[in-house]
Amino acid sequence: MKIILYIIKKEFKQIFRNKGMLPIIFILPVLQLVILSNAATYEIKNIQFGYVDTDNSSISRGLIEQFESSTYFNVSEKFPSEKEASQAMQEGTIDAYLNIPTHFERDLQKDKTKDIGVFIDAIDGSAAGVINVYITQIIQNYNKSIVADLIQVSDAVQKPKNIDSIPLFWYNQTLNYKTFMVPGILVLLVTMITLFLSGMNIVREKEIGTLEQINVTPIKKHHFIIGKLFPFWVLGLGLLTIGLILAKVIFNVPMIGNLGLLYVYTAVYILVILGIGLFISNFTDTQQQAMFIAWFFVVIFILMSGLFTPIESMPKWAQKLTEFNPVKYFVEIIRMVMLKGSSFNDVFPLAIKTLVYAIVMNGLAVWSYKKTL
Amino acid sequence: MMKDNNVIQVENLSKLFGDFAAVNQISFQVKAGEIFGFLGANGAGKTTAMKMLIGISSPTSGKATVAGFDVYKETESIKKNIGYMSQKFALYDDLTVKENITFFGGIYGLSKKQIDQKRCELVEELGLQEVTKSLVASLPLGWKQKLAFSVSLLHEPKIVFLDEPTGGVDPITRRQFWEMIYKAAHNGTTIFVTTHYMDEAEYCDRVSIMVNGKIEALDTPKKLKEHYKTDTMNDVFLKLARG
Repeated sequence: MKIILYIIKKEFKQIFRNKGMLPIIFILPVLQLVILSNAATYEIKNIQFGYVDTDNSSISRGLIEQFESSTYFNVSEKFPSEKEASQAMQEGTIDAYLNIPTHFERDLQKDKTKDIGVFIDAIDGSAAGVINVYITQIIQNYNKSIVADLIQVSDAVQKPKNIDSIPLFWYNQTLNYKTFMVPGILVLLVTMITLFLSGMNIVREKEIGTLEQINVTPIKKHHFIIGKLFPFWVLGLGLLTIGLILAKVIFNVPMIGNLGLLYVYTAVYILVILGIGLFISNFTDTQQQAMFIAWFFVVIFILMSGLFTPIESMPKWAQKLTEFNPVKYFVEIIRMVMLKGSSFNDVFPLAIKTLVYAIVMNGLAVWSYKKTL
Repeated sequence: MMKDNNVIQVENLSKLFGDFAAVNQISFQVKAGEIFGFLGANGAGKTTAMKMLIGISSPTSGKATVAGFDVYKETESIKKNIGYMSQKFALYDDLTVKENITFFGGIYGLSKKQIDQKRCELVEELGLQEVTKSLVASLPLGWKQKLAFSVSLLHEPKIVFLDEPTGGVDPITRRQFWEMIYKAAHNGTTIFVTTHYMDEAEYCDRVSIMVNGKIEALDTPKKLKEHYKTDTMNDVFLKLARG
């Protein structure tokens, strides 16, 4: 036990003495949390919108006004013909345009129906889908408002009533995407920093030759490993704390659940990450190699964690793979606890998997750490 | 030669890397309190042999005991009884002199009182009073080497292994270093030292010379010079190494 304390003391001294490392540990995560949480958004805003209006009637102008008053659209330009509009789309200056044909108002009044063209740049398919929904909504609302002017009273009586659905958004009533993203990005930070630091730490001692010196002492493997990893476990929990404070102060993310539960879970979760870090460092000889391998896993872990894209929409085989992704468990649990207020019983199945993961990973890491070559 | 007196006992020890025998069936004994010089050209297999004796590399075949413990099964017991200083400088550059001493004393299981006492002795002996709170990185190489040697003796090991301890230091510091080695030997510590400097070989009680993984000669420097009819260990070495 005393020996472990000597190692822990030494590690903390080295961490806090390393002028290059401190900013990496504390400032970068803060920047990342602030920047990513503001930038990583699903919301489609500032859609560059153009139109061709060869009708130039009061109804067509009214429709364009609807777009102009929407906060989602930047109505940029009126194109004289379809040719110029499609040219602008080709150049990428507009994301969508509306083509209002000649005699739009006349035909609408006469036939009660008239088609208009909507053209959307669909290179980003999901964004195009969202733009389509926005445009359709605006046109339908406008349609409703002009219907009263167009149809006769008798028709109106016979018309069936619209079915209106009133959505209730649970757990995130204002549909604030930051509420959704900030906890997830916090997971990402805790994971990346602890994985990189722990993975590179032991390899660094290999590189400078002090590990050989350690291996010639009678120190026990598990003493050394516990002493080495404990400081990073503390750092991980420290990062979580800083992140939670920022989440509250800057983003006002609700914290409905029990934070104690979150800390206990994170304590176990960080063990998984430290185990992976140590495992990597056992099989690499330089910090560079360790960094590459750590990156490889981090990218897969993040993209398959449900942080940015829902796991439910992944193919079946990919969904199975995510079972081996510790980040997925943490993302799910932090959202459950913070936003839904889930209790211990709710998170238990995920937590137990994390615990098993921690035991297996650290077992492997200790087993593969060799004092003798 | 009484067998009980041997702190290192090596018989037909080999280490193969694939087909290449880095160490090829070497046999020798080292007596307690002896300064044993382990010589050889670069790549002759000195470091590989030494790593097997200090328990961080498993031999391919052969037998060896260090301080009475088997190099296959009892490496952790060996480690309690030996000190080691590698050719790579191996203290922590980003810790102070004092912190390095405390750390290594600590992981060898010395009590706080023992560590404090050892540190005072060591600092005084090396004249490091002014720099105990300086980072080791800021010390000149010669000082670092002397400090590393002293640190390897902290837990009063029976044997200390020195792997090219004086590489890259000036002649005066080398001289001081060897005075430290003599002092440790005088106190009963067995010294197992590898070196490239043939003048240093003259300071050893006995030397072995390794060529291509084998020990080609083993005796006192005086007898070796007589046998090869030369005046210096340098010539002995050249005759053997050139074949």
